[in-house]
Amino acid sequence: MAERADDRPAAPGMLRRWLDSDLWFSFTRSPVTVIAGVVTLVYLVLFLFGPWIAPHDPFDMASLNIMESFTPPAWEADGLPQYLLGTDDQGRDLLSAIIYGARISLLIGVASVLLSLVIGVLLGLLAGFLGGMVDAFIMRVAEVQLSFPAILIALLVNGVLRGVLQVERQADLAYAVLILSIGVSGWVQYARTVRGSTMVERRKEYVQAAHVIGIHPIKIMLTHILPNVTGPVLVIATIHLAVAIISEATLSFLGVGVPATEPSLGTLIRIGNDFLFSGEWWIAIFPGIALAVLVLAVNLLGDWLRDALNPKLR
Amino acid sequence: MAEPLLQVRDLVVEFPTRRGTLTAVDRVSFDIAEGEVLGVVGESGAGKSMTGAAVIGLLEPPGRIAGGEILLEGERIDNLPYEKLRRIRGKRIGAIFQDPLTSLNPLYSVGRQLVETIQTHTDLSPTRARARAVELLAEVGIPAPERRVDQYPHHFSGGMRQRVVIALALCANPRLIIADEPTTALDVSIQAQIIALLKRLCREHGTAVMLVTHDMGVIAETADRVAVMYAGRIAEIGPVREVIKSAKHPYTHGLMGSIPTIVHDAERLAQIPGSMPRLTDIPPGCAFNPRCLHAFDRCRRDRPELIPIENGNVSCWLYDAAASLGVAETRALVARQAVASEPADV
Amino acid sequence: MSESMNMQAAAPVLRVTGLKRYFDVSAPWLNRVLERQPRQTLRAVDGIDFEIPRGETFGLVGESGCGKSTVARLIVGLHGPTDGSIELDGRNIAGLTRRQMAPMRRRLQMIFQDPYASLNPRWRVRDIVAEPIRAFGLAAGNAAVAQRVGELLEQVKLNPRDGEKYPHEFSGGQRQRISIARALASNPEFLVCDEPTSALDVSVQAQILNLMRDLQRDLGLTYLFISHNLAVVRHISDRVGVMYLGRMVEQAPARTLFATPRHPYTRLLLDTVPDLEMSGRPRTPVGGEVPNPITPPPGCSFHPRCPFANDRCRIEPPQTLTLPGGAVVACHGVEEGRIPQGPVQAAG
Repeated sequence: MAERADDRPAAPGMLRRWLDSDLWFSFTRSPVTVIAGVVTLVYLVLFLFGPWIAPHDPFDMASLNIMESFTPPAWEADGLPQYLLGTDDQGRDLLSAIIYGARISLLIGVASVLLSLVIGVLLGLLAGFLGGMVDAFIMRVAEVQLSFPAILIALLVNGVLRGVLQVERQADLAYAVLILSIGVSGWVQYARTVRGSTMVERRKEYVQAAHVIGIHPIKIMLTHILPNVTGPVLVIATIHLAVAIISEATLSFLGVGVPATEPSLGTLIRIGNDFLFSGEWWIAIFPGIALAVLVLAVNLLGDWLRDALNPKLR
Repeated sequence: MAEPLLQVRDLVVEFPTRRGTLTAVDRVSFDIAEGEVLGVVGESGAGKSMTGAAVIGLLEPPGRIAGGEILLEGERIDNLPYEKLRRIRGKRIGAIFQDPLTSLNPLYSVGRQLVETIQTHTDLSPTRARARAVELLAEVGIPAPERRVDQYPHHFSGGMRQRVVIALALCANPRLIIADEPTTALDVSIQAQIIALLKRLCREHGTAVMLVTHDMGVIAETADRVAVMYAGRIAEIGPVREVIKSAKHPYTHGLMGSIPTIVHDAERLAQIPGSMPRLTDIPPGCAFNPRCLHAFDRCRRDRPELIPIENGNVSCWLYDAAASLGVAETRALVARQAVASEPADV
Repeated sequence: MSESMNMQAAAPVLRVTGLKRYFDVSAPWLNRVLERQPRQTLRAVDGIDFEIPRGETFGLVGESGCGKSTVARLIVGLHGPTDGSIELDGRNIAGLTRRQMAPMRRRLQMIFQDPYASLNPRWRVRDIVAEPIRAFGLAAGNAAVAQRVGELLEQVKLNPRDGEKYPHEFSGGQRQRISIARALASNPEFLVCDEPTSALDVSVQAQILNLMRDLQRDLGLTYLFISHNLAVVRHISDRVGVMYLGRMVEQAPARTLFATPRHPYTRLLLDTVPDLEMSGRPRTPVGGEVPNPITPPPGCSFHPRCPFANDRCRIEPPQTLTLPGGAVVACHGVEEGRIPQGPVQAAG
């Protein structure tokens, strides 16, 4: 090959590679996916810059004016311009409450997904790589857990943790308890997928080459196999994010989630539920729409990612 | 001379991709006479499998025939609608693929698959069709066919499965069989058996074969004529003995020199510098010119057409009628220089 | 390296004695109890002996199921043997634990068949080649490692800047070169090559075989070369062993084996090689297929396909017999002088 001369062009940088890639191409090709991406981006911006964007601080009890509770949205007859979407039963500005609530939903959602991912990928790797008794044990636990609905598991963990913690600390640790419950309820999907991929990769010759060199098995597992089994994990995580957000909303709706003073979208829906048919429809509807749009956007992104990364569909 | 069974004229197969259109087969022409075995040989990426797939109408989309004609017994088959082509497939053209594991449906017994194919293409009654299936199994050398006809593919070994696949291909008495690497997945001793079987059956039934493979040895044993493909084009085509023993195209010569034999011990195998160009990077003029020791200006400019030489055709400007040397001298030049030169570093 | 070569020029680099590897392929315990199935054992390697002198190539040839790939994996320690010894430079490495084996690993490396699966698709080429260097501490600091990686890539006729790329950017032949570079990174003395060219095109194969011969000459390497392709084995080997169903039926210097094969199976194999010389030699392909290795035939496992089998062959497994000229054959017929001799091919 006459490629010894140094005037060959340098390997393209990372950005060029990404823009050139099939992934980006398929993303830009699908209008639905682009919209979903934009919507998720908006939520992300709200997450990062919420306190500066929101017109009021709904968590500051002192600033609430109980006299202005149940104000309808600004475009209605009795609406007030500073409360664009109206106020709830405590006088919280609904728009701000939704922004702050979305932040909580996203925070807990992402953190739970990360927890599930770490537990699931690790257990899946160990099960697939070591096989034998370790594999059998982990898979039996997974199967038992799968026979229960995830939300039930989350409720169970939640209940146990609350029973264990003293009442005074419950409010402080509510977030951690929630993340733990939802995280523990969701690891099985990751573990099973990663285990399957690990079992395939383990037999490949590059892994055997590493054994021949004498690399420690755990190091082989983490440096060789792990990078090759994470593909489907990303897809699962994206779809799981939607599930985690709904789970948090459900738990908050049931009253065992975030404390009532810092409502998430789920809490807001619960509050609004009581007033839905007595005329103050906006308290439930707007948070509901916000939740639905977020979950839908994340779901669509996950669908696109799964199809885009599927080599058979390319 | 009788009209050839299959005529392929300037066949072009393209793959539209988002980076542009790739031409996998670039104006390929050849004929197959009745009962003749034509070998189509080439390395990976040469386009030989695509050619076979195009003839039988099994190109995977988005690949498509973008030009040229394919004529079977004088009628065009490349532009037929799906239904008509489907009827031709199996009845007049049979196929044998590489992997006997996936060529047979694991859920149906071998007999059922045979009977289904027989009934699709003939109007035999079910009992007669089953009897014919047993006959076919015996013909391809499966012992105790009456018992094995009801067994499932996983009860057969690789070689046996390939025999069943051959039986399937032959059951409607097609005039032409496309065999794509029929022995590559088999053990060496089984390969020999399958090749012998294929030769015998095709001779007995008068079936022509288009044998696509990368294995020159299989070609030497089985084919009457051979076409050597390179980068989607035919480099050389002619009687097997001529192409193998006295290759004309520099690529064919290099190819033959790089094959180790068990007869004598070469100190060093002849090595063609470089590698076959990717479909996106085919050089202008003759596709082989960057790797050719004899390339001159015209090679880099104009793509050579197939020039008739002796009993075959070569697409190489060295053999052009206007060239100064005669055929024998040119061939000797190609042979001599290829051996004498120090194999270049790749 | 040259000092050790002088000192140990006499001893073979590798000596294998009585090597066996059995796999338990029985159905799970419950199935066995309920369906009354016996325990089943796959005798992948059933007692083989051979040795390889320094700087030479031993070709191991056979069809699928003969156990040659298992032999490769036993020698590099990917499996532990059921019985027998594997001596690398006089030291038995059979059955060592990972820790005990560690100091020997540097000297013994492997090249695999599938160029697409033998390189980690997520690693850059320079990291793949650097892994042994780092694992054995052969170079200190990133700059030294990078320098060595560049040298190795040049040694296999690749551009050092190719280190920045990922494996999928290379062709099959180039990937095999990268595998060779990785194998050479630890300065080994002995390479086990498991069908390294079987997945490559013929012209690429020629390049890789030439490269391997050059490297052997330049670096004083010893090869165990495994293949099912007789012509390739003939080209590259000094001595050849033929395996059938876990046993070595014949081994001899390459020239001798191909000129005067003794064992009926060797003759069968040679007969199946296509005749590229177009000499019109008639071929009689022998019938039958390789039997199921879990239930091999009794006695000599080749007897169902052997045209010279007699009653003794059906009952008694043959012992190895050393013939003048260096051939070692395991065949009753050869021992009894029953097999007619004569070269397989017209002299070429």
